[in-house]
Amino acid sequence: MSKDRVRVVVTGLGATTPLGGDVASTWSALLEGRSGIRTLTEDWVDTVPVKFAGVAAVDPGEVLPRPEARRLDRAEQFALIAARQAWQDAGAPEVDGDRLGVVVGSGIGGIGTILSAYDLYREKGWNRLSPFTVPMLMPNGSAGWISIELGAKAGAHATVSACATGAESIGYGIDMIRSGRADMVVAGGTEAAIHGLNVASFAAARAMSTRNDEPERASRPFDKGRDGFVLGEGAGIVVLESEEHALARGARIYAVAAGAGYTSDAYHITGLDPDGKGGTEAMLRALKNADLAPSDVVHVNAHATSTPLGDEIEARAIKDAIGDHAIVTATKSMTGHLLGGAGGIESIFTILALHERIVPAIANLDDPADGIEIDLVRGEPRKLEGDQLAAINNSFGFGGHNVAVAFTTV
Amino acid sequence: MALTEQEILAGLGKIINEITGISADEVTPEKSFVDDLDIDSLSMVEIAVAAQDEFGVEIPDDQLKNLKTVKDVISFIQA
Repeated sequence: MSKDRVRVVVTGLGATTPLGGDVASTWSALLEGRSGIRTLTEDWVDTVPVKFAGVAAVDPGEVLPRPEARRLDRAEQFALIAARQAWQDAGAPEVDGDRLGVVVGSGIGGIGTILSAYDLYREKGWNRLSPFTVPMLMPNGSAGWISIELGAKAGAHATVSACATGAESIGYGIDMIRSGRADMVVAGGTEAAIHGLNVASFAAARAMSTRNDEPERASRPFDKGRDGFVLGEGAGIVVLESEEHALARGARIYAVAAGAGYTSDAYHITGLDPDGKGGTEAMLRALKNADLAPSDVVHVNAHATSTPLGDEIEARAIKDAIGDHAIVTATKSMTGHLLGGAGGIESIFTILALHERIVPAIANLDDPADGIEIDLVRGEPRKLEGDQLAAINNSFGFGGHNVAVAFTTV
Repeated sequence: MALTEQEILAGLGKIINEITGISADEVTPEKSFVDDLDIDSLSMVEIAVAAQDEFGVEIPDDQLKNLKTVKDVISFIQA
């Protein structure tokens, strides 16, 4: 680590997921190997080939007051809930707003609002639309609302890179602090895309599991029987802070947000480049950015969405970048795939694995695919040994975006 | 089948509570939306949209800006 560079630490965590309405309940469910996936009961389910998803365990309408909830898209509701938790978890400090930033994105944005507002507009006309329709559908809405909530004036940003969004947001947040633009940044991702059109569209791309008779068994990263990803929803948001700022206020530090690496495949709009170099290079760049060596990395939270091609390519990429010594988990086996929220919650799981020194097992990994030469956690959670530990969270997105974020113990 | 002032007031109270969180009991005829209830212009649009659905009366934008008090809205709906 170069001496003149600001060290960035993680001082707050917040999440709402298919496994629980907060970080603690989600994390304990992961360690117990529980599934957040269930059969859907909406009317539109009859019209699509996929009939299950990871619905948020706690409906945001139960958490937010009605006047607030009705002005927010569901993705914004998740983001605001997770951001409030993260800020409380960080001690809700009194800080200079000009030194506080927000980076919270979504893969798709307010798609639920777009679709229902379009129906309302067609049926009843323009003047029946809520005056909040635009801020509900815009993908930067969550960042804007959180900045208002916290008085964050150092800049509110919304990175958009499909399923890499949450991880990219955290990387951008690290850079904001390192470059001197902020002392603290609230960063992560959110998504609320469980709607017939999205399910139909992903199914049209032949990307989703259709294991309708066993929804809890459908998300099975690295397993021979995997047949596609399982859609989830929710948000994961962290509080990033310069170490100096965190120490000065006596904050509890979970981990060091050591660096991020990015590549773009420039190959195919939805498929990973089969040589996996984009993922490999993203991890290597994250390590370089963090001044770490591959041998330092003891754990990887894989992107691993349970698609037939993607998981194998990523396994090779991890082997090429890190080697075969790191303990690899794939938490989408329990949460489903939160798209823009994935990098947020999975960064939190990576941070907690380091902080608690335990890695959740991959659910539904009954029969690992042939040719996978990395150390997958099966059966029971695995302990992490040692003092100075590093871990990586991978997030890859449609568009060819590859993001790896490196964390270390304090 | 015109609605009484009390019926409209009760309906408005429900709408305003739903949109702003202000207790329906606070919504009384003499209250000013801006000065007493602290309701901003976008919330007034939301209230007007909901009132159209509830009472079947369209409130054009150029009329809406003249409706300063709860009583003004009740009178507009009754007219």
